Amino acid sequence: MARPLINVPAKVKRGQVFEIKTLISHIMETGFRYSTTGKRIPRDIATFFSCSYNGEEIFRADLYPAISANPFIAFFTTATESGKLEFKWTGDNGFSETATTTITVE
Amino acid sequence: MNRSAPSPRAVGRRAAAAAMTALLLLAVAGSARPADIPLDQRRSGYADLGRDSKAMQDDDTVNPATLWVLDGETLWNQKTGLANRACADCHGDAAASMKGVAARYPAFSPARNGPIDLEQRINLCRTERQQATPLPFESRDLLALTAYVGRQSRGMPIAEASDERLKPFIDAGRKLFNQRLGQINLSCAQCHDDNWGKHIASSLVPQGHPNGYPIYRLEWQSLGSLQRRLRNCMIGMRAAPYEYGAPENVNMELFLMWRARGLSIETPAVRP
Repeated sequence: MARPLINVPAKVKRGQVFEIKTLISHIMETGFRYSTTGKRIPRDIATFFSCSYNGEEIFRADLYPAISANPFIAFFTTATESGKLEFKWTGDNGFSETATTTITVE
Repeated sequence: MNRSAPSPRAVGRRAAAAAMTALLLLAVAGSARPADIPLDQRRSGYADLGRDSKAMQDDDTVNPATLWVLDGETLWNQKTGLANRACADCHGDAAASMKGVAARYPAFSPARNGPIDLEQRINLCRTERQQATPLPFESRDLLALTAYVGRQSRGMPIAEASDERLKPFIDAGRKLFNQRLGQINLSCAQCHDDNWGKHIASSLVPQGHPNGYPIYRLEWQSLGSLQRRLRNCMIGMRAAPYEYGAPENVNMELFLMWRARGLSIETPAVRP
């Protein structure tokens, strides 16, 4: 369930700076909280995010427990060639999610 | 201690209590509750959001509630239950069939002989039409379906309840809204009718309109229903909250929708 949400413009001009917005479903349980019975709730967070543009990594981020649930990551890059944007998230308990989107550079 | 002759201390206490009661009575009489918020002064909680929260709600690809809406769309088309039927098998395209539905719920259910809210309506469909188990309140799936159905009414005005059978339940909801509750001895109306726009500590007191539910509440870091929000307020008043699905909660939802009639549906809204 819960596909990642990616928002990039469908078409951009060559050399133009454009924004990439990503949103993923994740509880980001900090590991610092206790249940009503006093048991520690184990940490369960996404720890890593990266984005590659036609195979070349253009953005990466390490994620930490203080980051809110459903992390929203937005960043900018320069349009060079039409092609594929690939996104990858990994985290605790073998969490792994990918998404791909295409972009047309005119 | 001698029971027939109370100690001076007890007498003093009793006198003080009597004085307090008189003061309280005066206070109540002196501050006869103002009427409902005039229709043209009502404002959605959206109007009081900060710039960032507004931006979050305005853009579906930034609003985390969209994750639930997309899940809801998947569930809508997924066959389930012994009947092996999807919502879409009866209702077709939600964009057409569910348009405006959230704007007129809670609605009267002859089977329950009272109002049911959208969550309960979805669960009725599940048990009766799909022959599936009802989804627990606040479960991801129920929130997802409610958000998906609610999303189809975005921008539509909340309908004025025209069903005569709902009237006694609206009145019951109104009574509860005006009733002092809990250890803090507050009514909903004291904050949301009389003192909206002011602050409790640093938090703005909103008018308390239900036009964006289920909402993505930043404090919850999650989507949540109107009943969750109502229970939240009751815990804040140090009252025992009504159970999920309790008639009191549904009556309150119904009254709040009546009170917000005409305001635009924003589902799924973002709130602090």
